[in-house]
Amino acid sequence: MSRTYVGMPAFPRAAAQATGDATLRANLRRATHTIRARRAQAVAELTDWEELRAAAAAIKDRTLRHLDHYLTRLEENVTRAGGTVHWAADADEANRIVTGLVRATGESEVVKVKSMTTQETGLNTALEKAGIRAYETDLAELIVQLADDLPSHILVPAIHRGRGEIRDIFRDRMGDWGRPAPEGLTDRPADLAEAARLHLREKFLAAKVGISGANFLVAETGTAVVVESEGNGRMCLTLPETLISVVGIEKVVPAWRDLEVFLQLLPRSSTAERMNPYTSLWTGTTDDDGPRAFHLVLLDNGRTDALADHVGRQALRCIRCSACLNVCPVYERAGGHAYGSPYPGPIGAILTPQLRGPASALEESLPFASTLCGACYEVCPVAIDIPEVLLHLRERVAEGGEVTVRGVRTRVRPAKRRSVERAAMGAAGWTFDHPWALRRAQRLAGRARRLRPRRLPGPLGAWTDSRELPEVPAESFRDWWSRTRGNAG
Amino acid sequence: MSGGTSRERVLGRVRRALADVPRYERPHDHLVPRDYRLAHGTRTPAEAAALLAANLTDYRAVVHRTEAAGLPALVARLLGRRGARRVVVPPGLPDDCLAKELLAAAAVEVVGDSPALTARALDGVDSVVTGCALAIAETGTVVLDAGPGQGRRALTLVPDHHVCVVRVPDQVVDSVPQALARLAPHRPLTWISGPSATSDIELDRVEGVHGPRTLEVVLVEGSGPR
Ligand code: SF4
Repeated sequence: MSRTYVGMPAFPRAAAQATGDATLRANLRRATHTIRARRAQAVAELTDWEELRAAAAAIKDRTLRHLDHYLTRLEENVTRAGGTVHWAADADEANRIVTGLVRATGESEVVKVKSMTTQETGLNTALEKAGIRAYETDLAELIVQLADDLPSHILVPAIHRGRGEIRDIFRDRMGDWGRPAPEGLTDRPADLAEAARLHLREKFLAAKVGISGANFLVAETGTAVVVESEGNGRMCLTLPETLISVVGIEKVVPAWRDLEVFLQLLPRSSTAERMNPYTSLWTGTTDDDGPRAFHLVLLDNGRTDALADHVGRQALRCIRCSACLNVCPVYERAGGHAYGSPYPGPIGAILTPQLRGPASALEESLPFASTLCGACYEVCPVAIDIPEVLLHLRERVAEGGEVTVRGVRTRVRPAKRRSVERAAMGAAGWTFDHPWALRRAQRLAGRARRLRPRRLPGPLGAWTDSRELPEVPAESFRDWWSRTRGNAG
Repeated sequence: MSGGTSRERVLGRVRRALADVPRYERPHDHLVPRDYRLAHGTRTPAEAAALLAANLTDYRAVVHRTEAAGLPALVARLLGRRGARRVVVPPGLPDDCLAKELLAAAAVEVVGDSPALTARALDGVDSVVTGCALAIAETGTVVLDAGPGQGRRALTLVPDHHVCVVRVPDQVVDSVPQALARLAPHRPLTWISGPSATSDIELDRVEGVHGPRTLEVVLVEGSGPR
């Protein structure tokens, strides 16, 4: 069975549960701090980082402002190169299309390379219902799948699992899915990787259908790009006869040349590498090389609703590098699962409510899952002003306002006052206990007076803007939470 | 399929969502500042090759350098050291003599690229020797474009040992922007920066998961343009 995020509790409750788990927190803390330091080094190597960042933001904005133009060009060029383009208005439709395409091949097994888009649509569950088994092939996704678990980090989905746990999962579960783990498997990372190599090799060699996402789609040429480390992506993109890529409509970039910006920003910002081990670029199909059939499924599923929001729109620039997760003090304490979607951390806090609409307590509470410290904005390679969008979304929860849901403009009513105040003051309370967070919040406070707490401690002028990353406060999210008895939802 | 209607629905939603974008605005009216560098520093060809070697080594590729005349002997030695018995050599590398010379020097069975060489058959091959389209010094990357001497993508994926020959200096560029300008989008491209790796287990980097676990890059000097 594949698990889903449906019915997750509101953020504060889920976060409180997660922060109680000491192992999870220790793993997360170690991981995020390690990546953070490495990333800073990789970024510092490029003296023109800020210029690349400005170009990236502008390229994405150009694309978004003319998305219909670029999508139709993309469709034209993919088709010309021998691919087939499908359009999916929502998750169910995407799953139906993919299921139909797999069925048409007569196969009942597929290999998958990590794709947040198919997690978003719940594709594996849909395939399972249709009697199709989907094998996840990223090491971390494999761990997550074997453990019947949920990913908790964009880049390192099994970041919450230690090596001993992984050894146990492999030993106990690999046999149910295919080739069992070798006898006497140790918990050395190299041995665990070897076990995964052997287990998955069988699947790759037999696979007739591969399913992927894509990091970028080039409108001008019809090229798709997948950036990865392990080589499982190359396996899925190259060996099967049929390749199905499910990609959000916001992943398009206008021109071939634009890749020169993103292929410099993404690896450094994401894995802190000059370049990731493998990047695959393909355009339609190629005779005698790789899949004979290529299907591109373009997914909306709420993206056009986000596009309709002039402030929230910028969230669609995201290239899923996960840098904002690794600097976020709330993510570090709450863990990925508390965000209740495949998109955790600061980006999840602004993306999930926009993709899903104001549907439940979870979506209402997510914009409050932040101290507004601004570290996420500082590191974001496409310069998404996450605090600005958070405040915008908070305001809408508190005061109600216009929102587009599945293409239809509606007004949402203000959430019940008591629960909003609790959530707002809760978040603000944590902020004010930690002046570094306030520096940033202060910059934004004027834009959302209603959500600004009334008493401001200390002389505000003493705080100056700082580009340093904040230190994590001594008080944990959980302590803060129980002390303030925040219990929104 | 339902594609027709969903296509219109999605594009319709996009257009409604963009009602705030002035009708007269064309895509290029939204300016993209390209103040970034096309290369980070200026280097002599020798410096570029040295940087390429350093960056490849940093990501655990094994780098060798040789004159053109010494290439067959070097490659034969690398294969011998691995104990490779069956080796794939796609045609055109860097001249067709290499395969014959290898056969003589290393006593290996050279397998040509053909459709009969399925993924499963490739799994029984020990090593693959290829050329490349170009290499990027600043990132330590070799790029394959399925051109001469490179073959299908699967060739450099399934075997556990990849020897990649780079002609110095003419195949070496400084930067990512320079690389993209020289590459043809319609060709299937594989960018390789070190052997496959994962950091999924407690962020410990482990080389070699699914791709070749050993990547050896041979920089050949003085071989001239093909
Ligand atoms: S919001 Fe920015 S920093 Fe966060 S994942 Fe997306 S691109 Fe990376």
